[in-house]
Amino acid sequence: MGAILAVLEQRAGKVRRVSLEVLTAARKLADATGTGVDAVLIGASGGGDLGTFGADRVFTVGDDRLALYQGAAYAAIVVERMKSGGYSTVVLGATTLGRDLAPRIAARLAVPLLADVTAMDHQDGLVVSRPVYSGKALYRLKVTAPACVISVRPNVFTPVESRKAGTVTAITAPTDADDPRQRTVRIKEPERAALDVSEAAVVVSGGRGLRDPASFKMLEELAAAFGNAAVGASRAVVDAGWRPHGEQVGQTGKTVSPSLYIAVGISGAIQHLAGMRTAKVIVAINKDKDAPIFKIADYGILGDLFEIVPKLTEEIKRIRAS
Amino acid sequence: MKIAVCIKRVPDTETRIKIGGDGKAIDEAGVKFVLNPYDEYAVEEALKLKEKAGSGEVAAIALGSDAAQETIRTALAMGADRGVLLKSATPSLDPLVTARALAAELEGGGFDLILFGKLAIDDYNQAVGTMVAELLGLPSVSAVSHLELADGKGTAEREVEGGVEVVEFTLPAVLTADKGLNEPRYPALKGIMAAKKKPLEVKPVAADPGGVAVLELSLPPARKEGRIVGEGPGAVPALIDALRNEAKVL
Ligand SMILES: Cc1cc2nc3c(=O)[nH]c(=O)nc-3n(C[C@H](O)[C@H](O)[C@H](O)COP(=O)(O)OP(=O)(O)OC[C@H]3O[C@@H](n4cnc5c(N)ncnc54)[C@H](O)[C@@H]3O)c2cc1C
Ligand SMILES: Nc1ncnc2c1ncn2[C@@H]1O[C@H](COP(=O)(O)O)[C@@H](O)[C@H]1O
Repeated sequence: MGAILAVLEQRAGKVRRVSLEVLTAARKLADATGTGVDAVLIGASGGGDLGTFGADRVFTVGDDRLALYQGAAYAAIVVERMKSGGYSTVVLGATTLGRDLAPRIAARLAVPLLADVTAMDHQDGLVVSRPVYSGKALYRLKVTAPACVISVRPNVFTPVESRKAGTVTAITAPTDADDPRQRTVRIKEPERAALDVSEAAVVVSGGRGLRDPASFKMLEELAAAFGNAAVGASRAVVDAGWRPHGEQVGQTGKTVSPSLYIAVGISGAIQHLAGMRTAKVIVAINKDKDAPIFKIADYGILGDLFEIVPKLTEEIKRIRAS
Repeated sequence: MKIAVCIKRVPDTETRIKIGGDGKAIDEAGVKFVLNPYDEYAVEEALKLKEKAGSGEVAAIALGSDAAQETIRTALAMGADRGVLLKSATPSLDPLVTARALAAELEGGGFDLILFGKLAIDDYNQAVGTMVAELLGLPSVSAVSHLELADGKGTAEREVEGGVEVVEFTLPAVLTADKGLNEPRYPALKGIMAAKKKPLEVKPVAADPGGVAVLELSLPPARKEGRIVGEGPGAVPALIDALRNEAKVL
């Protein structure tokens, strides 16, 4: 196997956590096959401290015109790097950016794409696992092509620091990288600068059991108590207009794999499970002992969420303070 | 306005997934198949845009087995004008192979807009639409949840982590549809009757495994049996204890 090129993301000049996961996954694969890992980081500034997460060399493209994600230009940069660097594999995060960028790169390089991968190793060729059918089945696929693009599901590969501090080299985008026919012109920020459900280590999700939008204040307080938590929602409450669509977890919402997922007043419909069944630990709070969510939950509390959640928030606050 | 919509026949999410005898695909016996939910948004958007333009054509294109004709009929019943089945007995697991077959059919078709679903709920690739755009050399925006078109130009919004990206593009273009774009219509009885008479062309496509081979399809490892730690607020300390000392996530 040839060397690996990891594509990293930054936001507001900070390397995103998912990129450390990407580097860790790439490093593991490279070590198993005796090859190297280089990384490319595109954005307004070249910056970001990522030397110790396993890249041999980091190539940065700092360009104000690339501050926002520009699909065609980003793809052109990665493809140019791939071709000049002799890499065999591109690894990136299956984020909204990665989900758009990966197929562009694969199509331009005419190589297969393995998307949303949750495990990868080398056994006489690259072998990956990826969940399909709403998480109800898992493929193990072998890459038979000499090169490929892989996107890894966020929150699955735990970042590990390595002793290696990579060298950083600034490069420029190819001159014809930009596509004048399309341009990301701006990002509308949400009213609250909240952590995204797909990135949070802890997700506290609410469903129809909360009865009205105002009750979500309770979940926001619980999330705040954790510090590293985001509020999620079932489709029922998103469709009712109680919560923004960006918070929806499930088949037609986001797929999340946090270390802790707390489902509050959510019945656990199959389409909801599709989005959160790979969470490391699942907690359910529900008053119906037959709710399907209890079948997938590691721990459950039976009872009225309006009594249980405030108590839970109080306890989490107490622990975090001590 | 001439619009193509690429649609896929997929198992309904409610279906129980059973692994077939060869351990490499699902057992399709008893499985209910539907039009991919995200493709419903794409079909709806195509119909709305054609209606707004006052004239034009909506072509529904699917790659798959003969059974996908039923899926195409669903799109025709919603209001699409004609269908094309790219017949392939064993579609590849490499999304690029699917994209190439669709791109070959779309190439030179004179479409102003080519619409896809954001993702197919069976393979979860979220790739084919964007790949087709690259193969055809067209601008593309993926996971569009809001769209405005005027004078050969468009503005699309897509949700990203922590915000909404606003993308401007020119036609012809490729877009993939996310939830929120519209509310798909149900085929009316009249539409279902009319769909039977609409043209549906079947074209064979050569099998190509692509660069990916299936080693195994399996059910995900069962989660460890969970337990209810107790009832009411009094159970909170027991939960905290389990999260700290057993699961070690606190
Ligand atoms: C094509 C398609 C795609 C879909 N995609 C998604 C998706 O992406 N995400 C998603 O979530 N859904 C999705 N759905 C919808 C899904 O089928 C369910 O309808 C939805 O998840 C139900 O939401 P809920 O659990 O909040 O509501 P309900 O099913 O109504 O459950 C409410 C729960 O709250 C409990 N409860 C009520 N009061 C209390 C209380 N005081 N204390 C404790 N518990 C209480 C009840 O016991 C119940 O279990 C999709 C459906 C379809 C057909
Ligand atoms: N076999 C197919 N036939 C027609 N369209 C397809 C097919 N596979 C995927 N698509 C389209 O591409 C979108 C994304 O699919 P995927 O990349 O497989 O998740 C789907 O929502 C469809 O619009």
